[in-house]
Amino acid sequence: MNLKQILSVIDGRLISDSADLSTEVEMACGADLMSDVLAFTHSGTLLMTGLTNPQVIRTSEMAGIKAIVFVRGKNPPPETLALADSKGIPLMASHLTMYEVCGLLYASGLASCDIRERDAAARDGLGSGQASTGS
Amino acid sequence: MMGETQEAPVRKQPLIERAELTKVQELVYELRVEQVMTRDVITCTPDQTMSDLKEVLRLNRISGVPIVDQGQMVGMISVESLIKALEQGEADHLIGEKMTRRYQSVRADDTLAGAVALFARFKYGRFPVVDADGNLVGILTQGDIVRGLLRQLETLWHSEEIRRYRASHIFEDIESEQTTLILRYHVKAQDFVHGGEASSKVKRALERLGAHPQFLRRVSVATYEAETNIMIHSHGGEIIVEAQPNAIKVVAVDTGPGIEDVEQALLAGYSTAPDWIRELGFGAGMGLANIRSCTDRMQLTSVMGEGTRLEMVFDLTVGSGE
Repeated sequence: MNLKQILSVIDGRLISDSADLSTEVEMACGADLMSDVLAFTHSGTLLMTGLTNPQVIRTSEMAGIKAIVFVRGKNPPPETLALADSKGIPLMASHLTMYEVCGLLYASGLASCDIRERDAAARDGLGSGQASTGS
Repeated sequence: MMGETQEAPVRKQPLIERAELTKVQELVYELRVEQVMTRDVITCTPDQTMSDLKEVLRLNRISGVPIVDQGQMVGMISVESLIKALEQGEADHLIGEKMTRRYQSVRADDTLAGAVALFARFKYGRFPVVDADGNLVGILTQGDIVRGLLRQLETLWHSEEIRRYRASHIFEDIESEQTTLILRYHVKAQDFVHGGEASSKVKRALERLGAHPQFLRRVSVATYEAETNIMIHSHGGEIIVEAQPNAIKVVAVDTGPGIEDVEQALLAGYSTAPDWIRELGFGAGMGLANIRSCTDRMQLTSVMGEGTRLEMVFDLTVGSGE
């Protein structure tokens, strides 16, 4: 699903000055706990969060998050915007709640960063973590 | 010579991606006309005939020339005027009678953005380029602009490639019994505005060293969790990265206060973080568990009143591309 389709599904708007709306994301994760984002996402994930501090961008940079949706109509402060801009991570916002945004995107077919899937992949030596050294 | 877009196929360039498109937008404001124009201008004089002009255009495969009389530019003439003259059997007429005296020129010190606007407005195939005194110094076609931009992009692209190449060959280029590259970053306590910068720099450095994306993500996530721990819980500390050909070791050390019960700290979900840290999305007691799952080996040691030392080792498997 690309960012343009996502914006239309969640009735959202683009906050970043410019972004390539044809950017594709493969899966999504809703979290307000940054450690969960670091632990359970994969590269190429869309992040939905209610947090707007710059650490959200740092976390996304490290975890390889492709784009971020701020839920509940939250507006990020300028330092968050500036950091996202310098890291090339597009920011979007929706006035809907976390539950609604996640529900709408899931119903539209956007996959989740499934923990069970991840564990299974790690056992097969494909996922992140210790098992991936051989990959 | 004057270049027209169709005269030679443009060399194959790497795919232009979004970041580079933005770069092109920047470049049209940075580059000046004189940096991309053709300097060796082919000209005619007013006393040559239209038949002479036909030969000049044909031999040079161009579609228009400036007309110069005793060093001074006096007009422009294009292939359209030539066709019209040939149709009417005026091949022996003088260029001076047929040329356009009121021509549009572009200044050598104009930006490419200005030149692009002129092309859009006037639909001419070329503009004579003049200096501040009105002297003809070159000629500019849209092909010159495209070639100039591509040349500049390629230069930028090459310099990043060279940077990457040099970094990724450091272990081969420098001979020793054991080569270790040590990177050191300071981490301030409670500084959530700049927090994460060390990890960001570690990530970029390892990228330039040629680390595989999956491997890079493991090191980045673990380093960031460790940096966050220093920020939240300590009086400040350092991240030290030791890059070796077969492994990356990241050491996070702080100057106290130390962890009372290391065993307990390693349990998933155990946290001593205050509420304001939790409001920032951290402090759920998952950091060390995350670090453990990203590393191949980790060791946590702590002395109350002195500080904590976390060693994380990431093995590079030979031949894996990591």
